[in-house]
Amino acid sequence: MSRARTATRPDEPLLSVRDLSVRFGLRGQESFAAVDEVSFDINPGQHLAIVGESGSGKSVTALAVMGLLPSRGVQVSGEVLYRGTDLLTCDRRAMSRLRGSEIAMVFQDPMTSLNPVVTIGRQVAEVVQRHLKVSRSEAFERGVDLLTRVGIPDAGRRMKEYPHQLSGGMRQRVLIAIGLACEPKLLIADEPTTALDVTIQAQVLEVLKELVADTDAALLMITHDLGVVAGLCDDVRVMYSGRIVESADRDRLFAEPRHPYTGGLLRSIPRLDSPRGQRLTPIPGSPTQTIPWEQGCAFAPRCAHRADQCTDSAPPLEQSEGRALRCFHPLTGAASQQEAP
Amino acid sequence: MSDPLVQVRDLEVHFPIRRGLLFSREVGAVRAVDGVSLDIDAGSTLGLVGESGCGKSTLGRAMLRLAPVTRGSVRFDGTDVAGLSGERLRSMRQNMQMVFQDPMASLNPRQSVETILTEPLRAHGIPYDATRVRRLLDQVGLPASAARKYPHEFSGGQRQRIGIARAVALEPRFVIADEPVSALDVSIQAQVLNLLDDLQEELGLTYLVIAHDLAVVRHMADEVAVMYLGGIVEQAGADDLYASPTHPYTRSLMSAVPVPDPAVEASRERIILQGDLPSPANPPSGCTFHTRCPFRQESRCHDERPELREVFPGHRVACHWAEEISSGAIGPHEVALTDLEAD
Ligand SMILES: Nc1ncnc2c1ncn2[C@@H]1O[C@H](COP(=O)(O)OP(=O)(O)OP(=O)(O)O)[C@@H](O)[C@H]1O
Ligand SMILES: Nc1ncnc2c1ncn2[C@@H]1O[C@H](COP(=O)(O)OP(=O)(O)OP(=O)(O)O)[C@@H](O)[C@H]1O
Ligand code: SF4
Ligand code: SF4
Ligand SMILES: [Mg+2]
Ligand SMILES: [Mg+2]
Repeated sequence: MSRARTATRPDEPLLSVRDLSVRFGLRGQESFAAVDEVSFDINPGQHLAIVGESGSGKSVTALAVMGLLPSRGVQVSGEVLYRGTDLLTCDRRAMSRLRGSEIAMVFQDPMTSLNPVVTIGRQVAEVVQRHLKVSRSEAFERGVDLLTRVGIPDAGRRMKEYPHQLSGGMRQRVLIAIGLACEPKLLIADEPTTALDVTIQAQVLEVLKELVADTDAALLMITHDLGVVAGLCDDVRVMYSGRIVESADRDRLFAEPRHPYTGGLLRSIPRLDSPRGQRLTPIPGSPTQTIPWEQGCAFAPRCAHRADQCTDSAPPLEQSEGRALRCFHPLTGAASQQEAP
Repeated sequence: MSDPLVQVRDLEVHFPIRRGLLFSREVGAVRAVDGVSLDIDAGSTLGLVGESGCGKSTLGRAMLRLAPVTRGSVRFDGTDVAGLSGERLRSMRQNMQMVFQDPMASLNPRQSVETILTEPLRAHGIPYDATRVRRLLDQVGLPASAARKYPHEFSGGQRQRIGIARAVALEPRFVIADEPVSALDVSIQAQVLNLLDDLQEELGLTYLVIAHDLAVVRHMADEVAVMYLGGIVEQAGADDLYASPTHPYTRSLMSAVPVPDPAVEASRERIILQGDLPSPANPPSGCTFHTRCPFRQESRCHDERPELREVFPGHRVACHWAEEISSGAIGPHEVALTDLEAD
């Protein structure tokens, strides 16, 4: 293979996002920050999860990293360093070369990212051909291999079909196959299984896990499902209303959530393995009840730990004991594990 | 014990598939519900789980006569719902209500909350006043001021509360909740589940809770039925079913649900199913699960449809090999991808 790879030092993060902010709103109008000073690193081979509810800014973060945000009415600031190169300022050609060779993305809705009038085979083979510089027939062969590898039965026949002829789960597997065809160093998966049934989700996650392990790719997994995070990721960033509110390694986060939102989420979801009939402890209010971060903590309207301070100023993101927290009155020790409702 | 409030017997809902424009003729049928029998005791909750397209909503709708029944019967409090018409159907409907999955789509955007909540009362000629509306709103945890607002002014969770208030407006005895929380954000699902719990207690409701999320169903239900391709494959008390799932489909379904606990995730055994749900227009022969079943045995699974039978007390399973699978005498094996395309 004759692909030029950008050089990297082993101790350097693969992707380093620094103070990324994305504001929507046309010039002259009031804009709002969908993503607000978000920072995180991904090391080679690391699996990082971004979790948060609808509208918290997860997809916008991913799109900003991929350079896929619309150019009008959007202001992006900060840095997205991929092996030292800032993707926000590098030229479009360099960006599109990276995209699909070193960085790949799988979206929630496979229908929007597959071309409906082109056969699956051509769409897979095209990517293979472009990145591996092989002949058309060889690309087709490799395409069949790839589809078989992601668990698509009778891949040779499927190659000749169109996206609408495949089930949702199969389409998502095709996308994963395309995403991984060029053996990227970083795969960004935005809710890749949210639209799928549980048994199909399990298939797709298994395929994803295997392929990512085989190719040593780093994974940025975007999801609202803490169960998926628990099975797949090493590190977690929890977003609320555009900002990271808690950041910790997986075991720490699940064993001892410290941010009231994280703790609330973990306590409110019904679990397959919890005693039945136990009353759930919901988070009051809804994600639409929020205050701008400039005025205080966006979670304050729903937070049981709220104090006056929380609506006077915004809590900063502070590092302590291997995690980062944006909260004036975090849950402590025992309280974070089994807090009385 | 008294008779179950709801009794479903051999229920079938087949949607005809037609071809041809002028002289359209039937070329087959989607067997959305294909021979379902169920009992629901008064005051209890039956949970119905299964994957997309297995027929859960159609079953629920057929029970309320919102989908055409091809064969079989639905008895409510002893009366066959299928035979009713006119006034008697209307008064029966007063007792059976539904909460829908998508609160936005099921509420008329041009009607105020007050109009939405009182419409069923007007339709049934029941007199009401402002107190009634206020009480309904209060029951679902909404302020009285909500009455004059419109659906778009509410969050998803609040809209679902409105949908629930509408369903209980007629003081029904039986409520079918079809995916009541799956359109809601994780952080507000618990509020709605707790509300359903409270209302059951307060109003003595009987529930059929339909969901694809096993954890949600487990939380709500006393009894759980698992559906695959139009048929019930396993039914048992909730604790029993979750402690000892027996049907291979139930087992794989359960093993597929991610648990938000890294230790559990690292240690559990997964049964990964191959392939997709076959089409209900052309279901596999014999056991409908045999194309994907990791426990399949030659050749009975392919040839003979298993009955839903009581394998352990109160625990019904539709599998020829339920006893052997349960005792471990038959273990899972690989399912080749090529098998899936056969038939
Ligand atoms: N192109 C756009 N123009 C204006 N606002 C946008 C645009 N894209 C996203 N937003 C807004 O930015 C915020 C964050 O959206 P984003 O899609 O990142 O949420 P998310 O966390 O991915 O949510 P979900 O779980 O629903 O996918 C939302 O308030 C959304 O409405
Ligand atoms: N009116 C109809 N005409 C023809 N086919 C139908 C009709 N309604 C449902 N079906 C088919 O019947 C089958 C069962 O559908 P149903 O909506 O009951 O499934 P479900 O279990 O509720 O799925 P989901 O979890 O996606 O809501 C599907 O194959 C569906 O396409
Ligand atoms: S800063 Fe205050 S309101 Fe915000 S999460 Fe922490 S305790 Fe709650
Ligand atoms: S009858 Fe056979 S194919 Fe069906 S579930 Fe049992 S073992 Fe599997
Ligand atoms: Mg998103
Ligand atoms: Mg349905």
